[in-house]
Amino acid sequence: MCTTCGCGGGELKIGGKPHQHGHNQGELRFRRPNHEHDHTHDHGESTRRVQVERDILDKNNTFAQDNRGYFAAHGIFTLNLVSSPGSGKTTLLTCTIELLRGEMPVAVIEGDQQTSFDAERIRATGVPAVQINTGKGCHLDAHMIEHALEDLKPADHSLLFIENVGNLVCPASFDLGEAHKVVILSVTEGEDKPLKYPDMFAAADLMLLNKVDLLPYLSFDVQKCVEYARRVNPRIQVMLTSATSGTGMDEWLGWLRNRGA
Amino acid sequence: MHEMSLAESVLEIIENSAAQHGSNKVHAVWLEIGQLAGVEVEAMRFCFDAVTRGSIADGARLEIIETPGMGRCLNCGKSMHLNERYDLCPECDMPVEVTGGTEMRVKELEME
Repeated sequence: MCTTCGCGGGELKIGGKPHQHGHNQGELRFRRPNHEHDHTHDHGESTRRVQVERDILDKNNTFAQDNRGYFAAHGIFTLNLVSSPGSGKTTLLTCTIELLRGEMPVAVIEGDQQTSFDAERIRATGVPAVQINTGKGCHLDAHMIEHALEDLKPADHSLLFIENVGNLVCPASFDLGEAHKVVILSVTEGEDKPLKYPDMFAAADLMLLNKVDLLPYLSFDVQKCVEYARRVNPRIQVMLTSATSGTGMDEWLGWLRNRGA
Repeated sequence: MHEMSLAESVLEIIENSAAQHGSNKVHAVWLEIGQLAGVEVEAMRFCFDAVTRGSIADGARLEIIETPGMGRCLNCGKSMHLNERYDLCPECDMPVEVTGGTEMRVKELEME
């Protein structure tokens, strides 16, 4: 596995192309001047203790800040969509794109371990999309997004959706430079998911409770689910949506038009 | 299993720091991992061993300092220890805002 950028030993593909760039083993790999304020003190003759005090996610966060700067400079409103597999993310996204047609430019970065099915579904709506295949990787990171942006080049003032790998655990820790994480939970999954996977619900600013057209056939307790989500994140906003019946789409589109306000 | 990516980032930090200090052998690594950081400590140990193999930190001792989850009740304002993100305030039975225990950092290295 590549230890320079964690790109998964050549399995990472962006837009179908292998991820490649020079990894100069001799140089320091952080892109910013090193801010370590180390001091050393000797412990015996042969070894010494060195204070490092560096966040493990420093490098990802540096890329995320660069992405955020890029989005700000181009007026791009970026959302990081996270969920378990099968929550209806892509269907909700294609429906959203259809409803916003002609209103504002939209672009999509799709993350999956394998296949470009989702990017093809998005491109079928006429919107530009880049597929990132993480290989065995369980999440997207900010460095992958930077490379995807080089390919995608979203229009200024566009709405950019990043559809993360379907996984309610790992993507919670990785800032991609987005304005908000939006967690999508479908009512077929069980109302206790916010407690089972609290980190993701804590990281998100908005929860879309999706496929609500199926509620009459399920014993899903909406009130309890919202209560659980607010227990791990008292500030989380909640919307009930269904791409099939159109429920909640006005509210969701209103939120997008106001850029999350 | 994002611990693999995290372990790779740890190795990078180790390599950078060792290069800065002119060392090519690291004997011990101290990590600070918050109880609410979403990191499985045993998975981290496993991944650390895997990614450091053949590196300057091959065989290094990994010391993990677990810092407690902390929170503040949004109702009464009291600070408390949190075992889980979804713990409620024992007095108000209300949601608690996390104020600590989400950190993950490389604190210190022992090197030649």
